[in-house]
Amino acid sequence: MMDESAELSVSITQIVQRLKGTHLHSQLEKQAKECLHKPEIKLETLKDDVRRLLKASGWERKLQNAVYRELHILPPPGHPRAPPEHTKEPLAYMRKAQVNWEKRILKSLNSMCTELGIPLARKRPVPEQNELTNKWNEMGTDEPDLSKFRPVYAPKDFLEVFVGLKNPNNERSEDLTVRSHWGLIQVSLNGRDIPQMREMYPELGLTYGQLGIDDHTHVPPDLFESEHIHIGKKVVSEQDSAAAQQYSRQGCPTGLRAQLWSLILNTTNDPEAITHYEQLKARVIHHDLLVDNLIYKDVKLTASNDDYYFVFEDYLYQVLLCFSRDTAVLEHFNYNCASPPKSCMQSKSGSEQCAVVYPPNGVIPFHGFSMYVAPLCFLYNEPSKLYSVFREMYIRYFFRLHSVSSHPSGIVSLCLQFERLLQTHLPQLFYHLREIGAQPLRIAFKWIVRAFSGYLSTDQLLLLWDRILGYDSLEIVAVLAAAVFAFRAENLMEVTSLASAEAVLADLSTLKVMPLLQIFLFATSV
Amino acid sequence: MSAKAVSCTIKSPVALQIGDAVSDSSRPGVYITDITLAEPVNIQEISFKNYYTAYVTVRLQRRQGGSAKWVTCLRNYCLMSNPHAEAGSHDYFSIYRHQMLTEPDSVTTVRLILRQPSSEWLNFSIEEINIYPCAKEDSERDVPAWISTLTPVEEPLDLNGLPDPETVSSSIQQMWALTEIMQASQTAASIGRFDVDGSYDVKLLSYT
Repeated sequence: MMDESAELSVSITQIVQRLKGTHLHSQLEKQAKECLHKPEIKLETLKDDVRRLLKASGWERKLQNAVYRELHILPPPGHPRAPPEHTKEPLAYMRKAQVNWEKRILKSLNSMCTELGIPLARKRPVPEQNELTNKWNEMGTDEPDLSKFRPVYAPKDFLEVFVGLKNPNNERSEDLTVRSHWGLIQVSLNGRDIPQMREMYPELGLTYGQLGIDDHTHVPPDLFESEHIHIGKKVVSEQDSAAAQQYSRQGCPTGLRAQLWSLILNTTNDPEAITHYEQLKARVIHHDLLVDNLIYKDVKLTASNDDYYFVFEDYLYQVLLCFSRDTAVLEHFNYNCASPPKSCMQSKSGSEQCAVVYPPNGVIPFHGFSMYVAPLCFLYNEPSKLYSVFREMYIRYFFRLHSVSSHPSGIVSLCLQFERLLQTHLPQLFYHLREIGAQPLRIAFKWIVRAFSGYLSTDQLLLLWDRILGYDSLEIVAVLAAAVFAFRAENLMEVTSLASAEAVLADLSTLKVMPLLQIFLFATSV
Repeated sequence: MSAKAVSCTIKSPVALQIGDAVSDSSRPGVYITDITLAEPVNIQEISFKNYYTAYVTVRLQRRQGGSAKWVTCLRNYCLMSNPHAEAGSHDYFSIYRHQMLTEPDSVTTVRLILRQPSSEWLNFSIEEINIYPCAKEDSERDVPAWISTLTPVEEPLDLNGLPDPETVSSSIQQMWALTEIMQASQTAASIGRFDVDGSYDVKLLSYT
């Protein structure tokens, strides 16, 4: 292993390289130049004086926030001899499974394209461009014929990929022995048990105040809520990313949540971001993609049918259509073991073939994808702000929910974590469900893949996502899934089929997330 | 760092187990691999790729004086923090000189003792073993004779109407510095176009 100082200098170099040439860099230079006009600057102590002034005016904090953000998305350090695909995903059989899965998706998309006779991408004729520009804010009123389109894949197809994941170096017998894992996921990834999670999530403990528990109407606000809101206002005024992330672990007050999340994700609504969004909008107007129809279909099937989210239908189109054309998203493939789909295209002169990425952001949406955006519509009403926050959340967290990897926040680890928690703490329930042919993961998978969006009521979902941001990990989603099973264990012990088990767990809209998590993590006997 | 690996012969691993290796149903938990080096080497680094080995012990046979002695230079170095789980199972590792208990000088044989206590895995081993020697202090790359006679004799130059070389060289240096700044300020940010010359007529996706 490289020693720590060498690793540190590599990280610093990488971050400096990434921040060079960004808007922040030019703003800092401009600010530093303006500082030179101030009378308190002395030539002998120029460097220190400029630094001091930048600190006082809040620019050092902005730089800190930018560095903090880069640390979140820095690819993991690898051994100098390790090839790049190994650094993204060390396990060879998982890389192979991801490649095979991607081939299936490409085949499916290609066959849809050939069957329907629609090109994957085309330039819109000018009248159509004008029509779309006029209709931009009300694309939901359109009723295009989407009957021929079908989603490229749904979460249950994805689940079958994991169920089939097998390590060739591991022998698993079909019998139920003391050693065997009862669930569907048969790979041995590391996972935390409850004592380790108590150390990992101390702020969710019984002695800490929580929004979602201690802001209940019959708890006097002086006990926790007022103080917490007061601290929240301070964090927002200090504009400190790291402090906001720590604060979010105990929940964000509704009035401050939008600003806090935007601070944690370091998304600003400066002119650069707005211009970027307008550029993406122009790209939507100019080119029509097959993927757009998949997005329309998904929104119509999921968000539009949801009581909480149907009002945001237009926003969802505005965000998702732009998302497909955003090449900045391609950067996340530096640490995502998935690869973007490519196509060979003849250049205009006809002389050479070039490879282009399709769709431009490399992400093919699946059934339910729009539900990643829908809850954010409650927080942000400006499309460019909504877009920036969604994109950052996607490239930090959501992408892990639909690629095959051994990362601790990856979907495989989350499913395994859920099954392990259930087998360890509710063995009778797990055994019973297994016997009646109702593997718990078959029910919980759809919750985990969407991070519970569309299953919990919105205020509870946002409290859960506060903690995802606060702990920078999706593990809490797996814990909540286990906690839900624990909560409904009595009813589940009485069911006799998969269908009735699903019926017991069909409606989660009345659940309160934080008490469930707290009881499961801190009140379960170990 | 980019020193070339020394050539070595890696013998096939020998399992240590009690009982008959063929008829016993339990799998071995210890393998021993010997690596013989063509000539005595001062080792800087041993690098390898893991395949489900949990702990590795490294022993060296050093040739000192006329005798060969075995020493342990690394004991139970952990490669997989949880032997039952996948973490670390396929990772690349390097063991450096400064991590070793004894100086790895004049080494003729390296013995790797691999342990995997978990019964989860069918096989375990270490692959792509490379041994890198220390950079030689006494370099054969002597400076050629003509370089050492480089410092010219200071003579007044006969300018003949040409500009003073000092001013010319200083202005050239300034221009060079400007170009360096320009190059250095080139951003890593991409422009973000996805189309090729304005067209983006994608027909079919390719399987690679």
